[in-house]
Amino acid sequence: MADFLQFAFSGLTVGAVYALVALGFTLIYNASDVINFAQGEFVMIGGLSTVFLAAAGIPLPLAALLAVVIATAVGLALYRFAIEPARGASAVSLIMITIGASIFLRGAAQVIFDKRYHSLPPLFGDTPIRFGGAAILPQSLVVLAGALVIVVLLWTFIERTLFGKAVLATAANKLAARLVGIDTRRTVGFSFAVSAAIGAIAGILITPITLTSYNIGTLLALKGFAAAMLGGIGSAPGAVIGGLLLGLLEAFAAGYLSSQYKDAVAFIVILVVLFARPQGLLGRATVERV
Amino acid sequence: MTSCSHFSVKRVAAAAVVLVMVGAPSIALAQIKIGSSLSVTGPASFLGDPEKKTLEMYVDEINKKGGINGQKVELIVYDDGGDANAARTFATRLVEDDKVAAVIGGTTTGTTMAMIPVFEEAQVPFISLAGGIPIVEPVKKWVFKTPHTDKMACEKIFADLQKRKLTNIALISGTDAFGKSMHDQCVKVASKYGITIAHEETYGPGDTDMTPQLTNIKSKPGIQAVLNTGFGQGPAIVTRNYRQLAIPQPFYQSHGVASKQYVQLAGDAANGVRLPAAALLVAEKLPDTDKQKPVVTGYMKAYEGKTRQDVSTFGGHAYDALMILTEAANRAGGFKDKAKLRDEIEKTKGFVGTGGVVNMSPTDHMGLDQSAFRMLEIKNGDWVLVPDSGS
Repeated sequence: MADFLQFAFSGLTVGAVYALVALGFTLIYNASDVINFAQGEFVMIGGLSTVFLAAAGIPLPLAALLAVVIATAVGLALYRFAIEPARGASAVSLIMITIGASIFLRGAAQVIFDKRYHSLPPLFGDTPIRFGGAAILPQSLVVLAGALVIVVLLWTFIERTLFGKAVLATAANKLAARLVGIDTRRTVGFSFAVSAAIGAIAGILITPITLTSYNIGTLLALKGFAAAMLGGIGSAPGAVIGGLLLGLLEAFAAGYLSSQYKDAVAFIVILVVLFARPQGLLGRATVERV
Repeated sequence: MTSCSHFSVKRVAAAAVVLVMVGAPSIALAQIKIGSSLSVTGPASFLGDPEKKTLEMYVDEINKKGGINGQKVELIVYDDGGDANAARTFATRLVEDDKVAAVIGGTTTGTTMAMIPVFEEAQVPFISLAGGIPIVEPVKKWVFKTPHTDKMACEKIFADLQKRKLTNIALISGTDAFGKSMHDQCVKVASKYGITIAHEETYGPGDTDMTPQLTNIKSKPGIQAVLNTGFGQGPAIVTRNYRQLAIPQPFYQSHGVASKQYVQLAGDAANGVRLPAAALLVAEKLPDTDKQKPVVTGYMKAYEGKTRQDVSTFGGHAYDALMILTEAANRAGGFKDKAKLRDEIEKTKGFVGTGGVVNMSPTDHMGLDQSAFRMLEIKNGDWVLVPDSGS
């Protein structure tokens, strides 16, 4: 029982990390049908900027805030200088542009920061909370809470505000959205900025657990993307459920089957889900007219 | 049109003048060329970068002191980026175009193995800076290496376990190249030290939580110690998880994380962890009677003073290779006779380097023994030498 609980705690810890990263994919996808593969780099920029600003003597909360601002600026720049000039291109081309951007950002981070691993102090210390013979770090709960807060905010924004509706409208039909007076360029640009900010917040919250370095984004984005697909891409609650599910799958596979095959088990389940339900667990089924 | 050609004539003339001026001293002074292909960029750059800096720094110093055997040394460094194909191309270029007298380098085992056939065929002495055992086993006539091997690290750890009468251990290893290689070596030599590996777990290089694996180790009865073979951030996370689960058994790490960075990343969780490390990392902690002390403190001061970066064992391997080559060249009367130079490298005896005391022989082209490693324990964020660990 203690083992089961420990595996569950591990799954929730890792799952919360995936969920936070997966959330970043939601908004850009909603606004532009683009899966932003540079999302992992926003996570990296958030974590590394905080580490380096704090090392330069800036108090940690301010450093974290500045890091979010920096990532947001990078997100805006990505939109303005890479995505916007290619407007009219298909979603696939835009996705390729984001892959290029992620490689560029990783290279730049190597030069601007360094190639080492860094850590941040956890928010509530590193004394594990013991429960039923298992232990979980307080920071895992912080990451979970962070994911939930972002979900609620995102959901409220998209479903309850006019601007959020504009984002949805832009995604559904760009031309029609423009005809009813929505500034689609501003909407998409905005979605990049907010996604970058979400990524940076994720990066700051998870760094005490996962550590961070210039190349951490690739793997996180891959897992986050898998989580987003599993939950239904574009759905914020889906991203969280997908993330947690993926984390739990990995932990139980590592614990009960074999640590060698834990990634394989997780990806097999994703494949099965996507075969049975291509739109993901919470995704809306879309019909494409041809 | 005329003005254009006019300009180019001027430029050619200027270039010729510059060439003559630059070329002149090198004609006047007999120079010998030492070649090198290192992974200065790419995934192994944290190895190749300090190696290159070290070679450049000490070649400068050698030249300031009048060169080797009265000849100035020219160092030719190519960057293979960790790519074995590129390394092989550069090896050919070093032999055919640059006509080097000897080669230092090959940052990784992969690049080294790719270059070996070229130097064996051209009969050029080659000192590798990579850790892999296949480089010197079986012995190749023209190939030597300076770094210690994973096998020696395993033996050092097992010898320590033996001393503490711990025989039943669990192994948790990373699935990256380093973790795998060290895992295999440890499994191979375990029985020699009466160690039983009772349980094995693995984790991926990008994993962020290893508590499930450690939970399984924890609930397995009869485990007396745990060894983690890994590299990079993985071992730091394993260490944190180890304390999170409050596993009471002694915990060992490999030489792969013997750096201040590991201690910083793992924080308080690293207290009590034991690991083998090269003398260079504990330079200031060595007793004054230690043979290696003057060498390692000297190198550390020189490197840190010049580059403003923390010293690493990898740069130390390059230092050892250059010094072994220099001493052999002095004994062989220069670089003229490559066969004689090779013989003298093989006769290296009692050379005190940063990696240990080197005693080469026709059957051992590395020449290090277990004394190259020190057993360390981490206490309050710093290393402490474990007494009586020197063999």
